This record gives sequence, structure tokens and C-alpha cells, in this order.
Amino acid sequence: MSEEKEMITGMEAPMYLTYNFTAGGATTRFLAELRNGKLVGQECPKCQHVYIPPRGSCAACGVPTVREVELTNKATVQSFTIVYIPIPNNPIKPPYVIANLMADGAHQSFLHLISDVDNADVRIGMRVEAIWKAEEEWTHAMENIQYFRPLDEPDMPIDEIGRLKNA
Amino acid sequence: MRDIAIVSFAQSPILRDAGAQNEVELIMPVVSAALNAAGLEDVQGVDFTCSGSCDYLQGASFAFVAGVDALGAVPPIKESHVEMDAAWALYESYLKIKAGQADSALIYGFAKSSPGDLPFVLSQQLDPYYYAPLWADSVSLAAMQARAGIDSGEFTAEQMAEVVQASRSNAKNNENTQLKGDYSVEQLLAEPEYIAPLRKHDCPPVSDGASAMVICTVEKAKEWGLPYAVISGIEHRIESHNFGARDLAVSESVVLAAEKAGVSQGPIDIAEIHAPFSHQELIVKKALGLDDTTKVNLSGGPLAGNLMMCAGLDRIGEVAMRIIKGEAKRGVAHATSGPCLQHNMVTVLEAS
Ligand SMILES: [Zn+2]
Repeated sequence: MSEEKEMITGMEAPMYLTYNFTAGGATTRFLAELRNGKLVGQECPKCQHVYIPPRGSCAACGVPTVREVELTNKATVQSFTIVYIPIPNNPIKPPYVIANLMADGAHQSFLHLISDVDNADVRIGMRVEAIWKAEEEWTHAMENIQYFRPLDEPDMPIDEIGRLKNA
Repeated sequence: MRDIAIVSFAQSPILRDAGAQNEVELIMPVVSAALNAAGLEDVQGVDFTCSGSCDYLQGASFAFVAGVDALGAVPPIKESHVEMDAAWALYESYLKIKAGQADSALIYGFAKSSPGDLPFVLSQQLDPYYYAPLWADSVSLAAMQARAGIDSGEFTAEQMAEVVQASRSNAKNNENTQLKGDYSVEQLLAEPEYIAPLRKHDCPPVSDGASAMVICTVEKAKEWGLPYAVISGIEHRIESHNFGARDLAVSESVVLAAEKAGVSQGPIDIAEIHAPFSHQELIVKKALGLDDTTKVNLSGGPLAGNLMMCAGLDRIGEVAMRIIKGEAKRGVAHATSGPCLQHNMVTVLEAS
């Protein structure tokens, strides 16, 4: 008989598909304002929650978020992670802090970097502000904001983060 | 066992390209239209929600989760998803209600097929070891099936053209469709072959859109005071993913599903067949055992507008709405999934 063959236990079948991505009407409006250096959320006409980045609907009420609300550069740390594992092709060297940030006036958090602070000092409730890149580098991306850095303001109590003021 | 009724159905316009709208923006209007037509204010009015979609169409993993943003799911709802045509989301909801776990359900399906190269995107639905790496696209596979049917004498190119002619002509009465108009068989056969033996008009258009439906127990429909169509039978059967192990010219799974769903237990006034390719309508019509007394695809069918992941639900909705409007007493709706009619579902609907 012929010599024994090694068993095939795996195969490589790489696949690449090309798509024309569209962000959607609401997100397009958000990204267009980001290109102008503005953080603009969208408000639910029913429950008044403000979404950023907006996805076109209030996930709680199922209605379109039509009204736009310009937000300040200030935000509060809702939660955070200190990243120690390097991510291939990521220029940021670990350890660094990535946080869920609640922009003032918004009720939905987004992810961004925290810098200009000792990682050990980052905490929930900490007040931070956006540091934007130079205007000529602005594109349709959240990376227009380089990172958030601490503000000299007292921490926000945890149960006030992202809550409606009059609720 | 309790009987289940379809009380409302809503479909978006079927478009070649929905432009800047994302999936959530496509779903929101049909979900509220279906709920409102059932007299419900929001999704809290139903006990269960189930959707059908395919993440490959968006090119993003877990893309279907974002679709839930269209619903307004606070307080939290009970919901589920099938990575298939929403006809199967209806099937899951049907079982849930039959089992007594819910009395009513919202079903929706959605797809934006325009962003990718659809026939190649669909090739990734094939088995991952033997077929998917070959990039066998959906149109070429359907062409292979059409060839098998023509060569074995199951149907002719003329009959395929007649299907297209009827589809485009019927679609003139459907405001949501994409392709419509008057064409003669001679005119259609004079067109060049595209992927032989298929001509372009034998293939479905690429379409964007969404559909939604509300079903409930018959008792609930009466309580809500709504007219309804009863699901008297529903069954699905699947065949091998190995094309070589199947006779592509016929559909054994449709024959079996039709028998179990009780298609032959009475006259069928109308049928909606989810056949994306013209020759597939001939295969399914024969397998369902329909004769010329049944009117087929009065909506125009998938050849006139093919919303991926809800074209099957659209067939069921179309038959249900015609029964509710009193245009028919008994109808059959067919839904398919997978290449070359691999997986088929047959639903029999009756007037109350
Ligand atoms: Zn809301």
C-alpha cells in the first residue's frame, strides 16, 4: 500500500466582499457636523433623551430623532477600562484608558480615549473635556477629537450621569 | 390547538437603491404601519417580536441587533431573530403562539441589498468547505438549475418568458413594485442571454426595503375587533446543500411541505410564489399541485421586486391581505431560502 497521508485538519479560504457603506440619514447629519468641529446629538421627541452618535431612532420609543442638539466639549466618565494588551497597527501604546463618556446634555455614552492624566487617577464621575485636532485635520470621524482630558471640576454623582434633569 | 390569524401587513416601496437611509430608517415606518393597522400604539401591544435578516447583506457582524433600535423596546420586550427570510420569523412566532407562550407577535424583515455585489454576497450562504470557496454566485447556480429543467423537458424558455410577462403585467397594479409593464413573449425571448439560459429579466432585481406583519390567536383578533386571515397550515422542508445530490429540475421539499400544509384539501384561489428566478415559479407551481384555476403572483412576485429576507414574508402578507379584503377565500404562500430552492415553506391561508 502507499505511504500513509497526513490527515487534513484545516483549510484556508479567505473571503473579501466590497460594500458601499452608507451611514444612514441621521448619522450622516451627525458626521457632517463633526466635520465642522461640532458634537451634535439628536433628541427623541417622545422621551427627550439625546443620542450621540445618533442612529436615527430612539431605541426606547421607536420614533425618529429629528431635532438636533449641539453639545459642549464637556463630558463625564461613565465607565472605563485600562487597556494593557497592544492592538496590531494601533499607534497608541498601552497602557491607555478607553472610557464610556457621557457628553453634557446627552443620555447615551460613546467610547473615547482619556489622556493627560495618570491612568490610576481616572474614575467614574470624573469631568473631562474634548481636545480637538487641528482644524485642517478634521474629517467625518470621531477621531477629530484626539482625546479627552480632565477638567478642574468636582466629580458628578454616579446617579446623575446621563439622567434627564427634570425626570 | 389554538388557531392563528394574520391581522395586518405593511410593506415599504421596493427600491433599487434606498440611498442614504440605513436599515433602522427602513424598518421604522413599516413596523409602525403594521402595528397601527392592528390598532396598536407601539410594540408593547404584542407579546413577542421576531425578525428576519442577513448580516452578510450589511457586511457587519450582529447587524440585526441594530435593527431593534427601530422598535422602541423599553420596557424590554421578548424578541428573537432568524438569519433567514422573515417568513421563518413568522414560523417561529407561529410556534411560540401555538405553544401558548404568546398571544400575539410582530414580525419584520429587512434588507438593503444594494451596497454589496448581491450574487457574490449570497455565495457565502453556501457550505463553507466545498462551495463557498468557489464563489459560485446565486445567478449562475440558478442558471444551472434552469438548464437542468430545460434539458429534462420540465419546462421551456417560452414558459419562462410567460412567467416574466405575467409578473411585469401583474406588477402594474402594485404601487410598491420595482419592475412593471407590458412585454410580449417574443419581445422577451429576443433579449440576449445573460448567464445562459437565463436572460436578465429571468432574474430578480436587486431591491432595498422592509416589511412587517402582526399575527395573533383568532380569539385575540376577535377581541381587537379586526378582520383576519387564518393560517390553516404551515410547513417547511429542506433539501441537501449538495447540488449534485438533488434533482434541481423539480422540488421534492415543496411537494412534501405542500402535502403537510394541506394545500390539496380545497380549491386554491390565489398563490404567491417566492421564486426569484422565472423557471423556479414553474418548478414550485408544479410541486404545489396548482392548476390554471389558481391566480399566481398577482403582486408581480419577486421578479418585479425582491426584498431579500422579506420577499417570503411579502408572499404571505400579500395572500393574507387579499383574503382580508375578500378577494379570495383560500390561498397558498410559498417562501424559499438558500440557492436553487433548497429550503421551502408552504403556508395555507383561509378566510375566517
Ligand atoms: Zn424616546
